[in-house]
Amino acid sequence: MRGLQLFSMWILLAICFIAALSAPFVHRIIPKYTGAALVSAPLAMVVWLLSKIPEVGNGHAITQSFQWVEKLGLEVAFRLDGLSLLFALIISGIGALVVLYTQGYFKGHPQQGRFMMYIIAFMGSMLGVVLADHILLVFIFWELTSFTSYLLIGFNHESADARNAALQAMLVTVLGGLFLMAGLVLMGDAAGTWRLSEIVQRGHEITEHKNYLAILILVCIGAFTKSAQFPFHFWLPNAMQAPTPASAYLHSSTMVKAGVYLLARLHPALGHTEEWTLILTTIGTITFLLGAIMALGQHVLKRLLAYTTVSALGAMVMLLGIGTKYTIKAMAAFVLAHAFYKATLFMVAGGITHETGGETSIDKLGGLRKAMPISFGCALLAGLSMGGFPPFFGFVAKETWLHALGDYPLLIVATVVGGAAYVLVGFSTGWKPFMGKMPEGLHAHEVPLTMRLGPIVLGLGGLVLAVFCGPVGHALVQPAAIAIYAKELEVHLHLWPGVNIYFVISIVTLVIGTVCYLARAHFVKGAGKLSLLVRFGPDAVYQAALNGVLKFAAWHTRKLQTGILRDYIRVTVVTTVLLVGAAFVRSGGFQGWENLSPISLRVALFGILMISATFATVHSKSRLRSILSLGVVGFCMALLFTFFGAPDLAMTQLVIETLTVILLALAFYHLPTFRHGSTKRTRVIDIIISISVGVIVTLLVLAALHVQTPTPVSDYYLDHSYKDAHGRNVVNVILVDFRALDTLGEITVLTIAALGAFALLKLKPKKEGAE
Amino acid sequence: MTSIIFRTATRYMFPPLLVFSVYVLLRGHHYPGGGFVGGLFAGSAFALYALAFSVADARKVLRADPRDVTAVGLALALLSGIPPLFSKEAFLTGTWWTLPLPAGGTLDIGTPLFFDIGVYFVVLGVLLTLVFTLGEEE
Repeated sequence: MRGLQLFSMWILLAICFIAALSAPFVHRIIPKYTGAALVSAPLAMVVWLLSKIPEVGNGHAITQSFQWVEKLGLEVAFRLDGLSLLFALIISGIGALVVLYTQGYFKGHPQQGRFMMYIIAFMGSMLGVVLADHILLVFIFWELTSFTSYLLIGFNHESADARNAALQAMLVTVLGGLFLMAGLVLMGDAAGTWRLSEIVQRGHEITEHKNYLAILILVCIGAFTKSAQFPFHFWLPNAMQAPTPASAYLHSSTMVKAGVYLLARLHPALGHTEEWTLILTTIGTITFLLGAIMALGQHVLKRLLAYTTVSALGAMVMLLGIGTKYTIKAMAAFVLAHAFYKATLFMVAGGITHETGGETSIDKLGGLRKAMPISFGCALLAGLSMGGFPPFFGFVAKETWLHALGDYPLLIVATVVGGAAYVLVGFSTGWKPFMGKMPEGLHAHEVPLTMRLGPIVLGLGGLVLAVFCGPVGHALVQPAAIAIYAKELEVHLHLWPGVNIYFVISIVTLVIGTVCYLARAHFVKGAGKLSLLVRFGPDAVYQAALNGVLKFAAWHTRKLQTGILRDYIRVTVVTTVLLVGAAFVRSGGFQGWENLSPISLRVALFGILMISATFATVHSKSRLRSILSLGVVGFCMALLFTFFGAPDLAMTQLVIETLTVILLALAFYHLPTFRHGSTKRTRVIDIIISISVGVIVTLLVLAALHVQTPTPVSDYYLDHSYKDAHGRNVVNVILVDFRALDTLGEITVLTIAALGAFALLKLKPKKEGAE
Repeated sequence: MTSIIFRTATRYMFPPLLVFSVYVLLRGHHYPGGGFVGGLFAGSAFALYALAFSVADARKVLRADPRDVTAVGLALALLSGIPPLFSKEAFLTGTWWTLPLPAGGTLDIGTPLFFDIGVYFVVLGVLLTLVFTLGEEE
């Protein structure tokens, strides 16, 4: 048992990935209970995490690691502290509910198993991000979340919109991932360690390092792309093409928070500087307001929620940027509150669309309260929590948030504006679809139990958390805030803070928001005008860049991949000649003309024979004559080898030459009748190219012969060939013993080449009509 | 290529060529030769047979599919790298055993020999894959 305990974290993670891989098979065997079976993986994680709350709450982080590649300093290291615990609980808890929700959402869908696989694999990756303690491990899991997100957004791969949105999300987040990797490597270098838990203790070494600004900016770009911060926010609303379970999970409560998590995690290492505050607060505030304002004009359920998610992520970054004890506490509380209400609203939105036959616009929905009473209740609870109404946890979080901004009146104004928008969206999604008259032709009924469970637990959770906000603050929020702040602090959350200035501001926000909701029609109209701006926004920049890359790729493919063998050879040969020639000339060229040994008569005679045969090869009007002349060249070559005492080479050359002639003769059988395809101009170019190849290769060989090394490598082989390898033929001993791995590689390549040739010759595409 | 002289000559040349290819393979350790040249010799023997008679006839003589021959050769070369691992040496390090001969004297047998035989079969198989495929009518 002790042994198991030491590895519990990575065993639980491994179980997630195993569950993911087995999902399609589980679905095939028990299609009706796939979710029920697979939910055990996240539930096991939840139970383990809950059991660790007391220990972690007392400030004891749990570390589990083992060596992976010792020489590279690679460890598989996991660490559970307050911050990881908060995020991991959200991830696995909502993950469990989403797995069940998926069961109902994709009831009878043939691809349900595939979806389950993606979503559970994502969960494992996301847990990896928040639990890993080695920054390279964090990065690997980080990229895995981008990848699984791509698969999930593009799940309906027959829809072009879904494919484009998936590609966009992936390109943006993976591009950010590259920046992040650069930043992490620089950071690890500056800190002299790859362990996050050690890096965060060396904050001064990093903030005073000459690369600090570069590290900060690179890490921020990585985090901002992932967490949809301005100007990279555009991918998130587009990602709503994903099936709703994925939106509820990835694009509201977990993946998009990976960036926030990373910034929070690195706050002790990179924070407490002017640069940190400036960048994070500015971008965070812009994103917060932009998301809130953009949400006002939306009428599609999921897009309303998506823009407010952008906004909420902005708020978290903003609070983190300010970096005081109070804002960090507020941020940790807000992360929790947001996860509860946003996931509920997404699940209910998915349920509405699912049960009304695909309706997504809130303007075309209404009167669902009778048909879907439970969904209505949950949505209302979550909507009120989102708006920040008492007595919900959203209100508690908003209170701490306003308190924390006491010294920043401008940000309080921003919070009032954003908060009002949240109230509006809360009503629009939690009230509007259910009230009023049901439009004609709309049919709906309550969602199945599996889809009800998530909203009920999370919706009521917002209320329960608020009621028990004291202990919750102490057990969950406080350890997380301590991990971010890296100093002791205490969290006291109150449901009833008493009447003070912040409470008044809070109430004013609620009133403004409610008024705005009543006047919503005007905002929708105004948003129509705003859409002009979108045309020049970051989304347009992305499209232009993508089109540019595609055009460039098409252009150079057209230029380089002509489909004519001669062109490929030309490109290859000319490139080689230019590169090798340039290097050769730069290194001084060939100098040893006077050291060359004289050419004997028989060598000269064979040389002349070879040259004439070459001319015959080129000038011949028949293929057969060409290859026979080429054979002459080869046989003369073999003879030259014997003159210079290389019997191995000569023997091989002879057989090869024979076989080449046979192979070419056989190949010609398949070719059309011979004709000259070249014009005079191309022939001149070809002659120039051939001569330059000949000259360069000749000079290179001559130069290679004159390279003097203190002890020639051949001496070693001559000394050791018989002694160590029991062979007198040094050439062969090198091939099969000293450098056997090279030979193994070569024969493998040979095999692959033969299989390739076989495929080209044998497996021709079937002619049309002949199935 | 239906000349009767060519066919008759091939019939007589074919067995000695194969024997010679094995001889070249085995002597390679001390004298010019080796798996590569040996494989080429064996390949040319079969190529000759295919030219004199037909590819189908040559296939019959070879019995196995040339691609299988390649695979066997590659596997043999790969496996010959395993024994040194047991004595904690690097992959493909030459490992030798001395066998007593019944007629007195000893024979040194080493993993490089099996490696070379692997090369022989790969070269033979690759060559014949090409020759047979190119030489076969549609």
